[in-house]
Amino acid sequence: MAHSIILLPLIGFLISCSLSFFKSNKFIDRAAEIITSLFITIAAIFSFYIFIDNIGDPSVVSIKLFNWISSGSFNADWSIYLDTATRVMLVVITSVSALVHIYSIGYMSHDDSKPRFMGYLSLFTFAMMMLVTADNFLQLFFGWEGVGLASYLLIGFWYKKPTANAAAIKAFIVNRIGDFGLALGIFTIFIVFGSIEYQTVFSNVSSFKNVNFNFLGIELHALTLICIFLFIGAMGKSAQLFLHTWLPDAMEGPTPVSALIHAATMVTAGVFLVVRCSPLFDLAPVALDFVVLIGASTAFFAATVGLVQNDIKRVIAYSTCSQLGYMFVAAGLGAYGAAMFHLFTHAFFKALLFLGAGSVIHAVHEEQDIRKMGGISNYVPITQLMMIIGTISLMGFPFTSGYYSKDAIIETAYLSNSNFADYAYILLTVGVVMTSFYSWRLMFLVFNGKTRMAEEDLSKVHESSSVMLIPLIILAIGALFFGFLFKSYFIGYYSDVFWNGSIVVHHEDHHSIPLLIYYLPAILGIVGFIIAWFMYIRKSDMAKNIAELNKPLYNFLLNKWYFDELYNSIFVKPAMAIGQIFWKFIDGLIIDGYGPNGIAALVSRISIKAKQVQSGFIYHYAFAILIGLSFIITFIIFRF
Amino acid sequence: MSEIPILSILIFIPVVGIFFMLLIRNNDDQSSQNLKHTALWIAFLNFIISLSLLFSFDLNNPDFQFVEKYAWIESGISYHLGIDGVSILFVILTTMLVPICILASYESIKFSVKEYLISFLALETFMIGVFCSLDLVLFYLFFEGGLIPMFLIIGIWGGERRVYSTFKFFLYTLAGSVFMLLAIIYIFISTGTTDVETLLMYNFTTNEQLILWIAFFTSFMVKIPMWPFHTWLPDAHVEAPTAGSVILAGVLLKMAGYGFIRFSIGIFPDASEFFAPFIFSLSVIAIIVTSLIALVQEDMKKLIAYSSVAHMGFVTLGIFTFTVQGIEGGIIQMISHGIVSAALFLCVGVVYDRLHTREIARYGGLVSKMPFYSFSFMIFILASLGLPGTSGFVGEFLVLLSIFSINTYFAIFATTGVVLAATYSLWLYRRIIFGALIKDDLSEMFDLTRREIIIFLPLIILTIFIGLYPKPIINIIEPSTEKIVNQIKMKLD
Repeated sequence: MAHSIILLPLIGFLISCSLSFFKSNKFIDRAAEIITSLFITIAAIFSFYIFIDNIGDPSVVSIKLFNWISSGSFNADWSIYLDTATRVMLVVITSVSALVHIYSIGYMSHDDSKPRFMGYLSLFTFAMMMLVTADNFLQLFFGWEGVGLASYLLIGFWYKKPTANAAAIKAFIVNRIGDFGLALGIFTIFIVFGSIEYQTVFSNVSSFKNVNFNFLGIELHALTLICIFLFIGAMGKSAQLFLHTWLPDAMEGPTPVSALIHAATMVTAGVFLVVRCSPLFDLAPVALDFVVLIGASTAFFAATVGLVQNDIKRVIAYSTCSQLGYMFVAAGLGAYGAAMFHLFTHAFFKALLFLGAGSVIHAVHEEQDIRKMGGISNYVPITQLMMIIGTISLMGFPFTSGYYSKDAIIETAYLSNSNFADYAYILLTVGVVMTSFYSWRLMFLVFNGKTRMAEEDLSKVHESSSVMLIPLIILAIGALFFGFLFKSYFIGYYSDVFWNGSIVVHHEDHHSIPLLIYYLPAILGIVGFIIAWFMYIRKSDMAKNIAELNKPLYNFLLNKWYFDELYNSIFVKPAMAIGQIFWKFIDGLIIDGYGPNGIAALVSRISIKAKQVQSGFIYHYAFAILIGLSFIITFIIFRF
Repeated sequence: MSEIPILSILIFIPVVGIFFMLLIRNNDDQSSQNLKHTALWIAFLNFIISLSLLFSFDLNNPDFQFVEKYAWIESGISYHLGIDGVSILFVILTTMLVPICILASYESIKFSVKEYLISFLALETFMIGVFCSLDLVLFYLFFEGGLIPMFLIIGIWGGERRVYSTFKFFLYTLAGSVFMLLAIIYIFISTGTTDVETLLMYNFTTNEQLILWIAFFTSFMVKIPMWPFHTWLPDAHVEAPTAGSVILAGVLLKMAGYGFIRFSIGIFPDASEFFAPFIFSLSVIAIIVTSLIALVQEDMKKLIAYSSVAHMGFVTLGIFTFTVQGIEGGIIQMISHGIVSAALFLCVGVVYDRLHTREIARYGGLVSKMPFYSFSFMIFILASLGLPGTSGFVGEFLVLLSIFSINTYFAIFATTGVVLAATYSLWLYRRIIFGALIKDDLSEMFDLTRREIIIFLPLIILTIFIGLYPKPIINIIEPSTEKIVNQIKMKLD
């Protein structure tokens, strides 16, 4: 069963991509859609089965498929490794992927390269599975770059759009910078532990607790160094501060892609990596502090930018970025279970929001600017209802999925005595208000108030077909109930049994929390809702006035803290300039100028001179002989 | 099997083929077609024979196999052939690429077809000879001999600035090799032999080693090429016909890398250890600088040529770590680069044959017209940027792993090359393949022909196969590599 979970998406990808070479017609398109969706759905059912089957009494399954790279003492296999952390990820990946496949049948119905799209989606799913089912760091790296490739292909799916191409390349390259860190981490692990297999590394970690590693001439705590390298990889993939710039641009891809890759699965790979390596991180307190610092800063930063964005998908993208920050804070504070729990619930409500946004975009004829929407709630009631469910789960409204997971993180931050716990607690709490505010701002601007659409456009607004709505409804169920259902397993009473040693579990006493702190996130969420309601429904010109009054701040946020401009001027332009200098100046003028061309010129100059000497006049030669002769005679005379 | 002189057969089949082709004297289309077929069959036959090496090769034996040794010039200089795990793959790479090159020249070579094909077959003889020679004089003969057909291929069938490029290429590599010749003469005088197996056991004094090492290094450095002696390569590539570029990138550069492994670190271990930081520095400079230069190129071939220099930087890095992973990584990187860069130059050739320009800006949006081409090109671009699952990753990863265990400074800088490789590769691909197809002259572009698919298919399969399952290759390389590493360690202690 484990084999088929992995293989089904791969087969789907191969079939569908082969079909994409044929001339597109109805039959081929339908075949590609059905095959890929069916295969992933079967994989999802299998995944749920092995998840539920093992929930009370988890086992660890390790299957070695065949050898990949083995050189000297280095060894890495292709493998399927199933423990609880993997099973959780498989459920998230396959279920969201299956729903997105089905949704795409409706969403991409007007596109003329459906087999290619479905194939890429399956390729992504396969790569993501390779990532989570690895039993060593190299296969993880394969999946890691594989999802990067799929993401690149899908962001640039509409290859005729220059912006989509640019975004695709940007995503790949920024991720590569993160991968650079991950690769260094893997190298260090191999040198320190002599192996890159999880089981060898994790079971021996305590004996390497005090080992140092000489990095760039400095003796550093090896585990800390490893964890920071790994986390740099995680920052790239999970779009954390400084390496986040690709995620908003990635919204150039089709919306189902955003839901699957840039909300539910790929971007959470970084969190998964940290949680998977929790035995390492747990012994590297400095690295954990770094994780908290970056996570909390990202949660805050992304939320501030999300407040003012006008593209429906970008608002949700920044929200994703921010929520990933929450997960990292949890992991950094040692609450790995809480991080996984938020990853789990977030996958459902964020995929729901994205697919809902896709349904909206579909309804309003591919418009993405929320300033050009409004007042469509009567036309798309189901979509609106689904997005409300997603939103309340995201804001952490009591008893929704998001409520359980997010509260757990904030409470951990409150209780923890880690160095940056207070910093994290404050930023996350402020983040809760902002999350609620930008989510409801989005909802109000899209659905309520007076419409800002043209009359004829408005009349054509329609609810999406059922092939798109059914996935929304299924995700909504997850967004509402999964938190309640699985709380006691992920972070509660059963957590020891549930995780079964696949991640490090610490127990905290959540009963000692004051009641106010306990209810604060929920209250703040409602405050955010009220502010949004007041600004966008009650006094709809208020938002504009505030923006006018605080123009510099507004621009600062609207331009995303100017990160793109900064990077462009300190990395991109200098790299190009250096390339030009080395090419034209060093290679062209200096190396060639003094090297081959210089020597060639010298030779021809000398030969011109030599040619002049051979004038052909007897008296020139006679004169030369005379001078030479007198020199020789003088020399002989004075010598003796 | 050891009775049959199989290496000599491999070396001289192309020569026999040349004689056959000289018999065809007519100069019409039909006979030039016949010439092409003849050359192709000869090269293909050689490929099949070389595959038989794989079957009779003893994987557990780290020593030289298929050895042939006949007295030649003097007592110390003999006709000595043999291959081990390090060289066998290069022989097969050569015999595989030559038929591909001939097939790729079917349409693009319009005049002097016979001479062109003869040059290629002669080149094959020299290239196989380089990897099989176990005598320095023989090695030198093959190593330098290869220059002549390559000189002709670029100089006669090349582009507009072919004369400048040819002379630059020829003089550069010849100048480098003069020192190697001097070193070989010195070795013969002081040891009385030029036999490689004997020399591998011989202990030169440290001073001798340093000087001889530099002499060999000068030749190899120009040929592989290392920064700052790389400027002949982009020029040579740009002017060479497609097949010339393929063989230049695919095999000729590897001769120097092979030389480093066999001679520099094998015979002069002390000097190699002494100079290793110097090599690392040059390699890292090459990786970063040429990647940055590749970023700003406007000519497709120049871009790929510069990226080749960067890729070769990884090879030299790996070799001079003296670790099993490093040397194996270097060899796999060379094999992979031999496949991938050859394929990339073929990709350029495909569109060049149709539009007759290599300027990147003239293209754009080809995917709409050429889906198979775009797919193949994508695979090779991904391999070139070292995506896991392609052959490009395996070598690069092992090299970086080994250099990281030796020196973290060099490792960090070398690893940034991986980010840059992604940048210039994807940027190239995006400008040629993606975007809307709006330029008028591109509307006539047609997808790969059957001949072109036959060329690309084996390369695609190999790229992915080595990426996913390099074990057969590592199995071949490992015993000999371990032997080399152990010998160095023994000599250094």
